[in-house]
Amino acid sequence: MFDLERWEEIFDTIRKNKLRTFLTGLSVASGIFILVVLLGIGEGMRNGISQEFERDAANIIYVYTGVTSKEYKGLNPGRRIQMKNEDFDYTALKHQDDLEFRSSIFRIWNGIVNYGKESGSYRVEGVYPDYQFLENSGMIEGRFVNYKDHDNFEKVVVVGNKVRNDLFKDSKDPIGKYVQISGINFKVIGVYTDPGGEREESKVFMPISTAQRVFGGGNNIANMAFTLEPEDNFQAALAASNRFTADVETQLKETHTIAPDDESAVSINNSLENAKRFYDLMDMIKFFFWGVGICTIIAGVVGVSNIMLIIVKERTREIGIRKALGAEPLSIVGMVLHESIFVTAIAGFIGLIASLLLLEFVGPLIETQYIANPAVNFNVALTTVFILVLAGAIAGFFPAWRAARIKPIVALRDE
Amino acid sequence: MIEIKDLHKSYKMGSNSLHVLKGINFSVAEGELVSIMGSSGSGKSTLLNILGMLDEADSGSYTLDGVPIKNLNEKIAARYRNKFLGFIFQSFNLISYKNALDNVALPLYYQGIKRGERVDKAMAYLEKVGLADWAGHLPNELSGGQKQRVAIARALASDPKVLLADEPTGALDSKTSYEVMNLIQEINDEGRTILVVTHEPDIAAMTKRIVNLKDGKIIQDTKVNQVRALENV
Repeated sequence: MFDLERWEEIFDTIRKNKLRTFLTGLSVASGIFILVVLLGIGEGMRNGISQEFERDAANIIYVYTGVTSKEYKGLNPGRRIQMKNEDFDYTALKHQDDLEFRSSIFRIWNGIVNYGKESGSYRVEGVYPDYQFLENSGMIEGRFVNYKDHDNFEKVVVVGNKVRNDLFKDSKDPIGKYVQISGINFKVIGVYTDPGGEREESKVFMPISTAQRVFGGGNNIANMAFTLEPEDNFQAALAASNRFTADVETQLKETHTIAPDDESAVSINNSLENAKRFYDLMDMIKFFFWGVGICTIIAGVVGVSNIMLIIVKERTREIGIRKALGAEPLSIVGMVLHESIFVTAIAGFIGLIASLLLLEFVGPLIETQYIANPAVNFNVALTTVFILVLAGAIAGFFPAWRAARIKPIVALRDE
Repeated sequence: MIEIKDLHKSYKMGSNSLHVLKGINFSVAEGELVSIMGSSGSGKSTLLNILGMLDEADSGSYTLDGVPIKNLNEKIAARYRNKFLGFIFQSFNLISYKNALDNVALPLYYQGIKRGERVDKAMAYLEKVGLADWAGHLPNELSGGQKQRVAIARALASDPKVLLADEPTGALDSKTSYEVMNLIQEINDEGRTILVVTHEPDIAAMTKRIVNLKDGKIIQDTKVNQVRALENV
């Protein structure tokens, strides 16, 4: 390997057989290139879908009600089920040790919001202070509603970043300003941002107590949202959230006299279960890309083997000459392998570097919803290069060994 | 220098076996220039290949420069070929992608000589065959006679005990043939042992001894008065 004379001999051969070298290299380089780009796109899709997920807290459980579809205990189907504050309070109290964040939501319809001459229609919701964390929102100015606002029925609102930009175009600081919702003044106390993007940033939140009182909601609520305390692993978290979900469903159905098998009256959206489906999908995508990648590598190995066979065949006469001049069989095998390993390694790294450059410079420019920041684990890429080189070497070894064993007289007769 | 006793060789052709050499007894002293003649199929090339350790005999003994040549594995055969023998082929057998100088230097590479020394030695041998100016040319840029002279320089490069030439003029016109024979005679004049396989009587006449082969046996072995090739050029 470190025999300088051998290296000179190899370079000599490579220099004088440029086309052969180029073709061998091309198949290896393109194989690696395709594999790394594929893996990069796979990773990008994973990132993209994960980002989609960051809209809300990953383990949020969302409860909402609809219309009954079954007759139960003498009650007709088609009843609209309305959740009350008691439902929320009961659940929050019963599971208080398991819950991380909790909030019920009162929705105000026709939420026209005015500031000066500007106005817009936004989702206006009454929520608990915990809702900030359930929505995964971050405050960029001021604060979110707190329990003191809640207890005092304060007429305060927190607006999304988009709402701020729409309503407070020039005067940049909305804190302390008053906006009108259905003609009633509310004081802006904060501006939030949400990783879910503009759609999630075009909402207005106020304390649920205020909302129910001002907008005549009584003690009605539209939804409930919860997150559970984190668990050590995904399986445990999934089990806990399924348990909680089932319990809440049973309890609601009991309170509101709903048939236990009525599926339309109470719906619970367990995002952890959705997440599981997503992660399963991601794993499938990952497997798929790996499958395609491995097939590419196999194709590359077959290509390299093929070229090695042809090279050895083409060089049979030369090998005969070398043997007649005193080359030992091992030196013939060494010569062929040395050249093939050197060429595949260099080509492999060229393919690797080209694909990494592509991912590095073109990757960030990709702006579709489902691909973000495609990248590849460098170690994985490096390993594939080594696998390819090794496979090429093994594939080249057998024809080389056979060639080295041909009697020189037979090899010299080869035309 | 070369000592052969009762050498047999047969080739299997499917179910038949073809007995090519049927008991050859033959010896060559140092400094001889011997031609082996015979019609095609007489076994002369087979004999030369066995002498060159490119092929193995079935039975009989072969001693080269006092070393018994038998039961060689590939590795030792390669080493002996490199040390003892220089080959000249009818079809030159130069490596097409190496220039004249590198072709001549190749046996030296297998002797483990460093590049600098290799180039110097190879250049000296190219000068000896009169092709110093063509050192950087590839074989396909040379004429037949030049190619054979490069091959002779290559055969000489490892300073072998014996030169084995298999129809060295077979692919050349008569004028070039005589030039090549002249070179071979000059090398022989310096004391090197040379065996030439040929079927051309005029080429055989330029050696010092003619061995005639027929049907795998030596039928005639005579010393002759050498015709100098230079007179015919």
